[in-house]
Amino acid sequence: MALLSKKDTSLILDPLADNNPITIQVLGICSALAITAELKASIVMAVSVMFVLGMGNVVISLMRNIIPSKIRIIVQLIVVATLVIIVDQVLKAFAYELSKTLSVFVGLIITNCIIMGRFEAFALANKPWRSFLDGIGNSLGYGVILIIIGFFRELLGSGTLFGYKVLGDPIEKTGLYATGYENNGFMIIPPAALIVVGIIIWVQRSRNPALVEEN
Amino acid sequence: MAVNTDSNTYTVAFAAVMVVIVGSLLAFAASGLSERIAENEKFEKQQNILYAMGINENGDDEGSVNFIPADKVAEEFTTYIKEQIVIEGDKVTKNDEAYLIDLKKEIAASKKGETPKLPLFIGEKDGKKSYIIPMYGKGLWDAIWGFISVDDNLVVQGVYFDHKGETPGLGANIKQRYFMDDFKGELILKGEAFVGIKVAKGNNDPVNKIKEDNEVDALAGATITGNGVSAMIKESVNLYKPYLESLRAKK
Repeated sequence: MALLSKKDTSLILDPLADNNPITIQVLGICSALAITAELKASIVMAVSVMFVLGMGNVVISLMRNIIPSKIRIIVQLIVVATLVIIVDQVLKAFAYELSKTLSVFVGLIITNCIIMGRFEAFALANKPWRSFLDGIGNSLGYGVILIIIGFFRELLGSGTLFGYKVLGDPIEKTGLYATGYENNGFMIIPPAALIVVGIIIWVQRSRNPALVEEN
Repeated sequence: MAVNTDSNTYTVAFAAVMVVIVGSLLAFAASGLSERIAENEKFEKQQNILYAMGINENGDDEGSVNFIPADKVAEEFTTYIKEQIVIEGDKVTKNDEAYLIDLKKEIAASKKGETPKLPLFIGEKDGKKSYIIPMYGKGLWDAIWGFISVDDNLVVQGVYFDHKGETPGLGANIKQRYFMDDFKGELILKGEAFVGIKVAKGNNDPVNKIKEDNEVDALAGATITGNGVSAMIKESVNLYKPYLESLRAKK
């Protein structure tokens, strides 16, 4: 028996394209705008969200039959906040350097709507294993978009990738800058991410017209 | 077994049990790990202080910040930091645990009109003295803090900045080498006045060749964090003004 049935595979693969959390479900847009000025920050955020969403989905799914529906949102919020804080504390004690890098993201993860969105839409109605796969799939889909945005914003805004000056030195005027090229300061600020997301949505929908909503 | 999960009794009971479980989990984690965390934070402070006075492992690596490793920092700290003092009004006392003073509380006390206990570290490297002043202020989202190291002439030897929650890629870049290195050689005095160093937009000096202008180049997209850094430097310099003036008088 294969580890992943066909249905399971689609749980992981669908969010990467036709059911992408950012471009189709419109979840997690806020953090996609806020922290994508650099490629490195995008990747750290994507990995953190994958961890929290995978674990959180499992916990919520295990509790799904005992959670009172009136207070389910608050229960979800407590689960994700507890998870994130405990992980942060453990990292602070045993991997201090890593926790310094991540601490900025803690608040952003707790308030990330993709997490509550998937708890509510999937984990509350499905078994733990499938919820786990859903969590991993959606955070992968989220991460891919983050990395695409981070790539373009860092490259066009700062002329660097992972902090390396790939286009030459803007002050010494070497590499591409020698030809008169300038960094686009607009790409550094969050509205630029909105434009990149818009372009991704446009490309995706023109390739697959089935995704376009009827008005 | 059919439990009505919609009933009020069940909802209240569920909430109560959940609060107890989550509360004890968090309390357990916090108290169990607090000792290790405090230890790590202590080393970090020592690393930061040493970094500001130019003792680090940056070497030829131009891009990133490299501290003295945590397992060696306690030893290096005692080697280079010759004196730790606490300034309380006119009183100056030695205190080997001055680096553990919570500056946030002291600044709050000084705003209430009380006399704050201000820590200051005197380091010596290659026969040259540096005076390292701790700083604390606020950025866009949360606290920012750091250390600024000056020599006898009040020329900046180095700085270190850190933050709790500035935006990654924008305000968070105050702890990047290219920003912090700009402060080296700047003056915190303008004539006789203590003006600090301003993080200025339109400084038009991207590699910071002009050192006398009390200005460094701002970070694009991080105006408020930059203003926070300017304000923090100014406030700290003013707090330590009496001591710094006595330093100049000694010369």
